[in-house]
Amino acid sequence: MLEADIQLRLGKFSLDAAFSAASGEVVALLGPNGSGKSTILRALTGLLPLAGGRVVLDGTVLDDPAQRTRVAPEKRPIALMFQDYLLFPHLSVLENVAFGLRARGTDKKAARQKAAEALAQVGLEDQGAKKPGSMSGGQQQRVAMARALVTDPRLLLLDEPLAALDVSTKTDVRRLLRATLRQSHAANILVTHDLLDAVALGDRMIVIENGGIVQTGTPAEVTARPRSRYVADLTGVNLLRGTARGTAVDLDGGGQLTSADPVTGPVFAVIAPAEVAVHRQRPDGTAGNLWRGTVSEVDLMGDRVRVRVDGTPTITAEVPPSAVDDLKLDDGGELWASVSPAAITVYPP
Amino acid sequence: MDDRPRQPFNPLLACLAALAALFFFFPLLGLVTGAPWGRMVSVITSKSSLDALQISLIASLSSTALALLFGFPLAWMLARGQFRGKGLLRGLTTLPMVLPPVVGGIALLLAYGRRGIVGEPLHKATGLSLPFTLAGVIVAESFVAMPFFVITAESGLRSMNRRLEDAARSLGASRWTVFRRVTLPLIWPALVAGIVLTWARALGEFGATITFAGNLPGVTQTMPLAIYISQSSNKMDEAIALSLILVLVSLVVMIFRRERSGSD
Repeated sequence: MLEADIQLRLGKFSLDAAFSAASGEVVALLGPNGSGKSTILRALTGLLPLAGGRVVLDGTVLDDPAQRTRVAPEKRPIALMFQDYLLFPHLSVLENVAFGLRARGTDKKAARQKAAEALAQVGLEDQGAKKPGSMSGGQQQRVAMARALVTDPRLLLLDEPLAALDVSTKTDVRRLLRATLRQSHAANILVTHDLLDAVALGDRMIVIENGGIVQTGTPAEVTARPRSRYVADLTGVNLLRGTARGTAVDLDGGGQLTSADPVTGPVFAVIAPAEVAVHRQRPDGTAGNLWRGTVSEVDLMGDRVRVRVDGTPTITAEVPPSAVDDLKLDDGGELWASVSPAAITVYPP
Repeated sequence: MDDRPRQPFNPLLACLAALAALFFFFPLLGLVTGAPWGRMVSVITSKSSLDALQISLIASLSSTALALLFGFPLAWMLARGQFRGKGLLRGLTTLPMVLPPVVGGIALLLAYGRRGIVGEPLHKATGLSLPFTLAGVIVAESFVAMPFFVITAESGLRSMNRRLEDAARSLGASRWTVFRRVTLPLIWPALVAGIVLTWARALGEFGATITFAGNLPGVTQTMPLAIYISQSSNKMDEAIALSLILVLVSLVVMIFRRERSGSD
């Protein structure tokens, strides 16, 4: 069980984030570059000193500046996995995996034995004599996984572990990582900017922006009800803020929408792009929300086309490719957007 | 590795390259053909030659050891330290690389000579005096050669990925274990290159040595000094024979280094 309250400053950047992770749980820290995710990891490892707050792991205080307690990085039962693996290039794969055991005092023979077992668990049983540099990225990340887990850490920190892998390798390594994390008794913190990694590997998600936590919840909760532009953009939905009076929502950026569920007070409104219909002429007899805008962007996304309509509010619609021709979207110009009230999810921030 | 097509043959480039190669080849050929092969053994085993060889080896190896002992901490501070005046310090310690050695010798006299800023109080306090002693030769060679080690070791420390050290620490390695098992092996090639450069520079040192330590046969006369003296006193045979020994030593070092560094 990790209980962390991390407060520190690095030049102009300040970080203040409190969260916990139960043993066996995988907490995904999701955030854009520079949001402070990796800084949190460096603070947890003890490589960066805290200015305030505390870090407690399984009841042991690792960091508490107020009490002047600070456990040295090498004394913490923590293991790390990095985006660029950081395998020792001068050591063999087996020696890499045995490194943590040797550093913590296991004798050479026992360390090699355990390292060989750990390599077998990641499917690299006969690769121990190789140098890491001669391996593929996916293999290197498997070695890094074995190296991190062989010391039986109480806290496993994963820093963008899949970011450097190509798409096909990523799937394999992600699957292995998920299976390994499922069996783990450590508290696991996964730092990522890839929503898919967070959803596939995380039991719980924490969204970090500008050095602070903006949202926590299960991946399903966070993706269904994003509370920041960043997450909304990752999931590809329209996120609008406004104030609700019953089913009427006055949007902060101008314009009004009608939703199906009555709420009162400040709200987020989420609209999936597929629920937005676009028309060249004002449609007759459309119930619900209808407004006028101009086409500003047309993008092909897989087998769908996303159209951005600037108006009040500005919204992104998803249409079949045939609509580009039918509606002459490439010509730009004026367009009508419509959304049924039932397609708008409204919830308090 | 290199998947670019082979460069087309360029006659001008080839001619210039060949001239450059010949430029280096002829002096070596000159030494070999000019050598007094018949009297080689007697020249080399003469007392003055053996003395010079011995002094050269002792002094160059000692100054290389000193360069390691003091130069590595200096390189570490320059690569990793955070303090004001670092650029100035680096400039100061690498100045002897570009300074004419004879100027270095004069500067050494003014600092560590019997009347020098440091030398005079040192002499009064302990009776020690560096000029015209073997220790003086070592000081002169260290002054000129140590910067080569400092600069090579510093660049080795700079170019290594320090996050590997973080990774090692997170795996439970103490600072000392990290240094011994990660840092040192990773910068080892740079250290070896630094040692070889330093030693070679010390072995060939002439100007600072003759200025600061003088040219006393059997005391401060190193191989380069002996060669110079032989040549200027019309004993060309001796000069050539001694030169060949230095060529041989340098070749052995180069071959040894190639073997050790292997693939890179």
